[in-house]
Amino acid sequence: MTSPTDATAHVAPATHQARERRHATRGARATRARIAATVGAFGALAFLTCLLAPLVGSTHISLVRAFDRSIPFADNVDAQIFFVARLPRVLAGALVGAGLASAGVVFQALLRNPLADPFTLGVSGGASVGAMLAITFGLSMAVGPVSPVPLATLAGAGAAALLVYRLATAAGRAMSTSVLLLAGVTLNAFFSAVIMLLQYVSSFTEVYRAMRWLMGDLDIGGFAPVIAVLPLMAIAFVLFALLPSALNQLSVGSDAAASRGVDVARVQRLAFVSASLATSGSVSLAGPIGFVGIVVPHLVRLIVGVDHRVVLPASALFGAAFLVGCDLVARTLFSPVEIPLGIVTAMIGGPFFLWLLVRRG
Amino acid sequence: MASLYGSAHLQAPSPAPARAPQRIVSLVPALTETLFAIGAGPQVVGVSSYDQFPPEVKKLPQVGALLDPDTERILALRPDLVITYGSQLNAEAQFARAGIRTYSYRHGGIATVLESLRDLAMLTGHRADGERIARDLQARFDAVRARVRGRRRLRTMVVFEHDPGTLRSMFVSGGIGFLHDMLDIAGGEDVFGDVKRESVQPSMETLISRAPEVIVEIRGNLPSNIDAERRAWLALTTVPAVKNGRVHFLAGEYLVVPGPRVAQGVEAFARTLHPDAYR
Repeated sequence: MTSPTDATAHVAPATHQARERRHATRGARATRARIAATVGAFGALAFLTCLLAPLVGSTHISLVRAFDRSIPFADNVDAQIFFVARLPRVLAGALVGAGLASAGVVFQALLRNPLADPFTLGVSGGASVGAMLAITFGLSMAVGPVSPVPLATLAGAGAAALLVYRLATAAGRAMSTSVLLLAGVTLNAFFSAVIMLLQYVSSFTEVYRAMRWLMGDLDIGGFAPVIAVLPLMAIAFVLFALLPSALNQLSVGSDAAASRGVDVARVQRLAFVSASLATSGSVSLAGPIGFVGIVVPHLVRLIVGVDHRVVLPASALFGAAFLVGCDLVARTLFSPVEIPLGIVTAMIGGPFFLWLLVRRG
Repeated sequence: MASLYGSAHLQAPSPAPARAPQRIVSLVPALTETLFAIGAGPQVVGVSSYDQFPPEVKKLPQVGALLDPDTERILALRPDLVITYGSQLNAEAQFARAGIRTYSYRHGGIATVLESLRDLAMLTGHRADGERIARDLQARFDAVRARVRGRRRLRTMVVFEHDPGTLRSMFVSGGIGFLHDMLDIAGGEDVFGDVKRESVQPSMETLISRAPEVIVEIRGNLPSNIDAERRAWLALTTVPAVKNGRVHFLAGEYLVVPGPRVAQGVEAFARTLHPDAYR
């Protein structure tokens, strides 16, 4: 017996479900569009910054001459300034900025700590010990295009990352993020003592050079140093691309994430490895440049919210633009003298972030 | 900072003793060299941990250096004059409290080298020797000036530090300081002469655009892998010094210590810049 009411009652849930499904797909499509638009906007900012930055410098150059193929490169001063001094520097800045900002996002999610940054887990400390050893003892080993200091930096960073990972997974248990954090902080303190010891026994010029290295620098004078860290950075960025949804789940807590079917141990491992690779590559290329890895993720979150599908790529792109911009200031403001990059990132990043914080707060 | 540049003065607790100091501790290697040069060597009882010249200093007790003067050991040596670097304010205050005279010095140009030489000669009772050596140094500078006179002053960059095998973290001489003065006497035009600092860290861009005709790399010791050091410069093909094979390496402690051996450094610079003048 079918009454009209029954019929509607029977039909209604079906239409309701369909409508919900339509809503859901429309919602997902809208979210995807929103993510694409936001990331696209940050991409445009990064692209424009990287496009404009090599056009400006402490010297005036003629672009027409720089790209004039009829002048031999070996005699073309404008081309050398553009292709040896500026372009590699801008590319390195973009790579390091993107690497450090993404690593900051990932470490903050992994450790569920807003104060985490790429250097929290001792990677930069280990890297710095490597660099100090190379500078103090004048090591002259080199592998292909990689010169001694970046090589020793990379070795130090890798050793520190392995050590902290082994400590956090000691006795065969699953990775403990609190052990990771405490071990990292302790290692950092230990490494600073080693650095001070090395500086104390060094001669004066070595101390000065080591101090300068700690302030960060992108003046790499050619593409070879960028190419040398590119494989490492590429692996890191591929791994980053796998992470955003899982990081969203992880940020509510590992138990909650596990109950939703997230393989927590695997995600944590992936997050740690990718962020450590990006940090190591960045530090070996440019030294431990501070502020990018902590300020950029927070800035981006203040602008776009907390969804890692937006935050991670947007931070990478904004980090690239931010560091390239800071380096532009570093190399032009007081030319011919440069301001060390790490000082500029702190001087610009710090007040800007505080202003945004107060305005939003 | 500029006012502190190249300063030297005596800080004597009053009343100043009339007798020349017989137990001198020197925390500044350049001034240890000066003391030995003027004949006050036998009065030196302690030196800094960086002191290497003259060879006699290796037998003397080492009492720390710029950042870590071991005041306890210094006091134990019962000095009547301590030569300090201008930034060692704590140590200077401590010696003043102990009634010990200090001679406070800061690196400066060649004028500072001569001034501190004359000061120390007077202070230690070797006035005549000091005057003779100062005049001798002056004569050697004048001889170099005379040799390079009339020759074009080559646009030169004096490099004293960079990462091994690359041109990163480079430090070069700026428009003040003893390296700048040495280059000036030797007939070179400092490409960073307009930057009134003792050291400048040039970017690749400024290095290329300033286009030095001669690059002189000075080191305390010759780098172990000199070929790699030479190769590093080859990337900058438009820089005249690189193009014309005029990147030179000079090694020796006398080049980096602003003491009485500075004339030797000036002569080495002149021979490097103007080899024709020495044929």
